[in-house]
Amino acid sequence: MSAPRVVVVGGGLGGLWASLRIAESGFAVDLLSLFEVKRSHSVCAQGGINAVLDVKGEHDSVWQHIVDTIKGGAYLANQPPVKSLCEDAPGLIHTFERMGVPFSRTPEGLLDQRLFGGVRNRRTCFAGASTGQQLLYALDQQVRRWEVAGRVVKHEWWEFLSLVLDQDGVCRGLAAMDLRSLAVRAFTADAVVLATGGLGQIYTPKTTCSTNATGAAASRAYQQGARFANAEFFQFHPTAMLGEDKTRLMSEAARGEGGRVWVPRTPSDTRPPRRIPETERFYFLEDWYPAYGNTVARDEAARAIWRVTRELGLGVGGGDRVYLDLTHLDRDFFSARLGAILEIYRKFHGVDPLDEPMEIFPSAHYAMGGLWVDFEKDPQTGGMRRDSPRNHATSIPGLYACGECDYAYHGANRLGANSLLSASYSGRVAGESVVAYLRGRGRVGAPTTAPFDAEVERQEAINRRLMTGGGGHNPYQIHRRLGALMTAKVGVVRDNRELDSALDELHELAEASAHVDLGESSTWANQTLAHARQVSDMIRLAEVIATSARARDECRGAHYKPELALPLPAGKFPGDPEFEAYRARWKANEAAWLKTSIAEHTAEGPRITYEPVDTSLLPPDEPRDYR
Amino acid sequence: MTERRIELRIRRQDRPGSTPYWQSFRLAYRPSYNVLSALMALREDPVTISGERVDPVAWEHNCMEEVCGACAMLINGRPRMACSTLVDGLDPPIVLEPLPKFPVVRDLLVDRSRLFDALKRVKAWIEIDGAWELAGEGPRISPRAWSESYLYSRCMGCGCCLAACPQVGPRSEFLGPAALAQVRLMNAHPVGRFNREARLHAIMAEGGLSDCGNSQNCVRVCPKEIPLTTAIGELGRQVTGQLLRDLFGKS
Repeated sequence: MSAPRVVVVGGGLGGLWASLRIAESGFAVDLLSLFEVKRSHSVCAQGGINAVLDVKGEHDSVWQHIVDTIKGGAYLANQPPVKSLCEDAPGLIHTFERMGVPFSRTPEGLLDQRLFGGVRNRRTCFAGASTGQQLLYALDQQVRRWEVAGRVVKHEWWEFLSLVLDQDGVCRGLAAMDLRSLAVRAFTADAVVLATGGLGQIYTPKTTCSTNATGAAASRAYQQGARFANAEFFQFHPTAMLGEDKTRLMSEAARGEGGRVWVPRTPSDTRPPRRIPETERFYFLEDWYPAYGNTVARDEAARAIWRVTRELGLGVGGGDRVYLDLTHLDRDFFSARLGAILEIYRKFHGVDPLDEPMEIFPSAHYAMGGLWVDFEKDPQTGGMRRDSPRNHATSIPGLYACGECDYAYHGANRLGANSLLSASYSGRVAGESVVAYLRGRGRVGAPTTAPFDAEVERQEAINRRLMTGGGGHNPYQIHRRLGALMTAKVGVVRDNRELDSALDELHELAEASAHVDLGESSTWANQTLAHARQVSDMIRLAEVIATSARARDECRGAHYKPELALPLPAGKFPGDPEFEAYRARWKANEAAWLKTSIAEHTAEGPRITYEPVDTSLLPPDEPRDYR
Repeated sequence: MTERRIELRIRRQDRPGSTPYWQSFRLAYRPSYNVLSALMALREDPVTISGERVDPVAWEHNCMEEVCGACAMLINGRPRMACSTLVDGLDPPIVLEPLPKFPVVRDLLVDRSRLFDALKRVKAWIEIDGAWELAGEGPRISPRAWSESYLYSRCMGCGCCLAACPQVGPRSEFLGPAALAQVRLMNAHPVGRFNREARLHAIMAEGGLSDCGNSQNCVRVCPKEIPLTTAIGELGRQVTGQLLRDLFGKS
């Protein structure tokens, strides 16, 4: 029997961490990526990475990080993994530091930390304004070392198409396509790790995600039997700059430092924004949320912008845009504080936001849901048991998942600067789990070649059908229709009638995607072919999101159905009958809905079931009250 | 009033080694267009000015925020990132060509493996014992050393500096400015210093530092404004020191 090999799909933070830990443990890694791994979407995260180092004398504690993460996720995250994540975060930071990540420093040369949304303590390490890029590069360098040593073989410009399972349903490898020659080949593997990132492209172009964050790989695993969890939970960032190609994140700091959000009171007002007098401007956040005004929480801001544009029709020029105005602020002060974000706007819009209000809109940012992954609880610590082969194992034996493509850690919403942490940490854990899996399993015979040959043949047949199709539908246009549909009906605000109609339209789109005309027949580096395949799998995943959203009849975290909102009774407090009635309804809702959604693929569409959440550390006994 | 249109003139190539050819396209102008979003619009309906329906143009892009390094190409003769080049600032027609010095895969898609091979040659990494947790912290780094190093750590491997460098060519072994700057970065790190000598020997070999012709093109085209020539200057001094140490032994 030859030495075990592992295939890791995806070279962002998750995939590179997994590759590194597997290679260090003596196993060979085939690393597949759609592009040079250094270009992965992890580079886009600017803000930072959370870890309790308490470098500011604030008596911050790991327990507080755990509590913030659990509450931020509206109690929907399993708590043992959250505990391990937060406890191991400082060690992870120091490992990154040893790799040479240029974390920003205090005057003493120590790691600096800053404040990030939703928490009280300075807990976020950062590397200038490019933290994700710096973390990814350090891993890229370490993996290159193993590449030179021959332990890691990179297959860049390869696309994962499907898993190969043996007769016992164990994952034994996969089929992938060379994006240049379009050749399909099988990779045998003793374990496969999917680290294929998020799926914001389902909301194109109103997403902050990279072109390759399609979710197609996770969708393919799902369609082959992997369970997909909490798909309805998708974070929308309230303030993204508009663009034809994508929307780009505008930091919340712009609101935090005094930016004001408004629209003209008359939607037909065509005057340039600075010519519109104060009395004819509608500062809707300040009106609707007098206590917080423009610094209202992410979700609230996104929903308010949604309401003012889509429901009240007051968007600038009648469209999906509102002003985020910095022009009243002191130029020098703001340039010093937020020079980096001003620069981004200038660069991509050719306009100085200190001269003209920025135009923004909420944008699909981060998928909390993803492939279901297991964990083994350590009864001694209450966290995850170290080196358990169950950690980050999907429902398909031999298949692991980590990074944004899994569903762990964030529950119903993600805390700022926890994504770089979970992407890195889950990659490390998945790598260590795979090693435990390979060491712990008994003797395994070499897989027979038949299922590999059959899978390659099946995938080649799909390519042939697409190349000769001529069904009339353009895959790029189908993708745009998908993005518009998901943004309109499965986005910031949801409604069951709209979700039903979205599901009908998704069926139509699925039908269209089966009859595409690629518009080119080149057998070399045919990008339309790869895109057509991705679009079809994106639609499958969109069905999972819409079906899960339709099924969850409540508001929790990022999932919001206004008809089912349970607002705190204004001016009433514990002891008041109105508050007690509210408390009773809140408890009934928790009893009904505090559970993980699980989607399973069937011929009739996604089947949704639920499983309980492990809330052993911090049970949600009381409603949250921020007043 | 006629609708405003933009013209794209694109150098195309069907596969490696095949003969390049030119095609021109017109599309409706939008004020927020950058070169990348114009290419996205074009691929949905690629019809040339002479009315011929052709294959969509192949090019590489990912983050669209000028941080992944994928979409570098020659725009009006200059190596630039397609995502951060606004159409409004360009003289018509907009001429797009694949990034020179790299083998063309197809159309504007090039193979930049030489850039990553160079990083292997110069050992652009910190030699850690392993990516496991250790008790204790990493080395202290002064804010000043940090700010100098941070500039170099933002290199996204786009290849613009190699494209602009007259010393880089199909038959040249020159490592190029990007990899040299990484040697500067790694050699300055308190632990990276331990392998300083190996990296200096790598850039003292054929295709190393001495191939730099000091044209300064690299620093002018770098989209991240990395002080590449400063790095090369510093490496010159480091190499001189190393030469002396090699000749006379360690002092």
